[in-house]
Amino acid sequence: MITTNPGRWDFHGGIHRPDMKTMSAGKFLGKVPLPDILTLPLQQHIGAMAEPTVSVGDQVYKGQTIARVTEYIGAPIHAPTSGTIIAIEEKPVPHPSGLSAPCILLQADGNDEWGELPEPLPYFDDLDPSLLRERIRWAGIVGLGGAAFPTSVKVNHGPDRPIQTLVVNGAECEPYITCDDLLMRNQADRIVEGIKILLYVVDAEECLIGIEDNKPEAITAMRQAVAESGLENVQVVQVPTRYPMGGEKQLIRVLTGKEVPSHGIPSEVGVICVNVATTAAVTDAIMAARPLLSRLVTVTGAGAGEPGNLEVAFGTPMSRVIEHAGGYSDKAYKLILGGPMMGFTLGNDDLPITKGTNCLLIASREEAPDPDKALPCIRCGKCVDACPAQLLPQQLYWYARSKDFDKTQEYNLFDCIECGCCSWVCPSHIPLVQYYRFAKTETWAMEKEKQQAEEARRRHEAKVERLERLDRERKARLRQKKDALEKKTAAGGADPKKAAVDAAMKRVAAKKARQAQEKNNTEERP
Amino acid sequence: MKFPVHTSPYGNLPNEVTRLMGQVLLALVPGIVALVYYFGWGVIINICIATVTALAAEAGVLHLRKRPVLPTLMDLSAVVTAVLLAIALPPLIPWWMTILGVLFAIVMVKHLYGGLGYNPFNPAMAAYVLLLVSFPLSMTRWLPPEMLNQHPLDFLQTLTVIFGGGLPDSLTWDAITSATPLDEMRTQLEMNKTITEISQSPIWGDFGARGWEWIGNWFLIGGLFLLWRKVITWQIPVSMILGLLLTAGVFWLFDPESMPFPAFHLFSGGMILGAFFIATDPVTASTTPKGRLIYGFLIGMTVFIIRAWGGYPDAVAFAVLLMNMAAPTIDYYTQPKVFGAREDEHG
Repeated sequence: MITTNPGRWDFHGGIHRPDMKTMSAGKFLGKVPLPDILTLPLQQHIGAMAEPTVSVGDQVYKGQTIARVTEYIGAPIHAPTSGTIIAIEEKPVPHPSGLSAPCILLQADGNDEWGELPEPLPYFDDLDPSLLRERIRWAGIVGLGGAAFPTSVKVNHGPDRPIQTLVVNGAECEPYITCDDLLMRNQADRIVEGIKILLYVVDAEECLIGIEDNKPEAITAMRQAVAESGLENVQVVQVPTRYPMGGEKQLIRVLTGKEVPSHGIPSEVGVICVNVATTAAVTDAIMAARPLLSRLVTVTGAGAGEPGNLEVAFGTPMSRVIEHAGGYSDKAYKLILGGPMMGFTLGNDDLPITKGTNCLLIASREEAPDPDKALPCIRCGKCVDACPAQLLPQQLYWYARSKDFDKTQEYNLFDCIECGCCSWVCPSHIPLVQYYRFAKTETWAMEKEKQQAEEARRRHEAKVERLERLDRERKARLRQKKDALEKKTAAGGADPKKAAVDAAMKRVAAKKARQAQEKNNTEERP
Repeated sequence: MKFPVHTSPYGNLPNEVTRLMGQVLLALVPGIVALVYYFGWGVIINICIATVTALAAEAGVLHLRKRPVLPTLMDLSAVVTAVLLAIALPPLIPWWMTILGVLFAIVMVKHLYGGLGYNPFNPAMAAYVLLLVSFPLSMTRWLPPEMLNQHPLDFLQTLTVIFGGGLPDSLTWDAITSATPLDEMRTQLEMNKTITEISQSPIWGDFGARGWEWIGNWFLIGGLFLLWRKVITWQIPVSMILGLLLTAGVFWLFDPESMPFPAFHLFSGGMILGAFFIATDPVTASTTPKGRLIYGFLIGMTVFIIRAWGGYPDAVAFAVLLMNMAAPTIDYYTQPKVFGAREDEHG
């Protein structure tokens, strides 16, 4: 069943704020030259950390797998260029709290020499989809919209969940960011080729490409590419510009009218949603057998010397990327990874670009002023009107603040997508999302603690039971002995049965004694 | 290069408590101007007394509670409370009653419960009820509107009266004050007069009482401004007015001679002011979209019930306070359905 008139639905809430995209839109500043040392975090995706397959001192070639997946949800890491592994150690990674994490450090040799690659699969539609999934997994492709969820897992929806619609996300609703826009304008063919592959892999009936109406050039380019491809079940849909239109659940709702169930995933309603850049990466993996080694990154903001988009190899330090975007202007005040709604500030720029890095926003003091002191919540309900998940943010805040985590769950805390709309509209300037993240983390910690406590309780009960059993056995033996003694002292066998038992016991005792004697003898023998 | 770190979202946040409260004050201006036009300088004098008292009381309590004083005064919430109470009071009320009311509102109703955002009751209405219960005579001494007033007082005379200097020579309280239209209607009905008989009196205009009916319209303009600026949402005013009109309408249909026409209720007393400015006080109202509808409707109904059968002529303050108590329960049972809620789960 093909969706009729896609894009006619709406989602609740959301906000409008100036999109600030013109300063970098459509500007491609080229490829950032490879640095001497690339820092490749083992965790660049959602799921299990990759495991190094190389050792310090190894020579590696471009495209070679240097860390492999260990669990179903995971992605491998490849060498973005040829060179030598100089260290595998903890290094600071892009993280809101400035954490360090295990990284592979690769010293480039400057030859950029490709290693051995598998065969390209240009006639993919003759192959079994599982082969293509395997190739996507090999290529280390993750969602390039920022969340970095492994694509191979996403497209492995299972036979009991048939897919009707492939939703391709070109909404790019975060202000300032324009890397998807640029990709759609300049490489629409690559995206459409990837759509063809994914339609085959997930066996979907149609593909809907959602693009916000503030990107007319991208819409034109994509429409043209779709027309040229001759694909009749693919449609570019212009959607209104409203944050968070690019949220997976919101875009699916607007395009297809379907609501992804609370705590659920899109495939439950027959939809799979991928970002445009991810689609292009799929094309490279299948048609050219190239793993994911680089991506487009937007460098923008009033603090950037020359705002624009750059092609960056993973592991390149941010400072180098910013240098190639005209460096810092004298307005530079804050460095934000991602957009101004869901991104986070970084303390310094000596951090690597990873698979999920879509934007470096160098904001001026005017663009990202320091937050005021929060006032008390006046329960105005503006957050209720803005929440796209249709939650009651002020109630969640109330309970998160008083650490009543059962109540926060009752108010559906885990349906919060952390889009930041509530914090944006709050007249008291309360960092609401921060409270929800805190409540989520605490709840996870509590669940873990509960599991551990449960485990400890089971172990304790088993121990108590074992001790009790041993005690019972000991007592039983004692009683037996005591009974035997009593019987002995009870002298003579008034009862013939008892006499018989006594006699038997005596015989057994005698036998035992004899055996013991013999044993002693044998032991005494030299 | 080192950068400062804080949490998202980044940018100039569009809303501020001060700006919201400021817009409420701005929206009150047309209604206040109308009040001054019909009832004289007393209105302004009361507003000044109340505002100064509110700011001083707020500053004092904040100081005692060791909270930052200036930032909290800047949120203007105390001023809003003061102005709302002042315009609900009779224009010639003695100065110390105004002060007493404001002190009660700020210290007892607001700060003893934890300050802005934590008070379960609307401070202005709680203070109004306190004064009404304690000083019924002063609280019902209203002036006749400008066109019916035969002894208008000038600014100095008003000031003298308010500050206890007594009435100008040759005037008595009976000569210069009159009952409010709601009071008048109530008294006449109790004397077993029919609505037709009552409405012969020159004090009645097109919908309600002369003068009074126009004040409601001016407050309505302010209310529409608040709706347009998205300071308030439509649910509470609309449902409150509907609650009143529907209930009043049903009884009027049954007995038009002893029940006033529904529009009379709407344009009398504090109904419009209450619907747009008082029941919409976010701190004490219901906050879910469905809850706001129920909350407003129940206030409207309660207003009619008290006006028709209760002991007091006007009822907005009582109705609002009663529903303040119900708001948390209403909120609990009217949680919206979350995005993608499954059928078997409660919303």
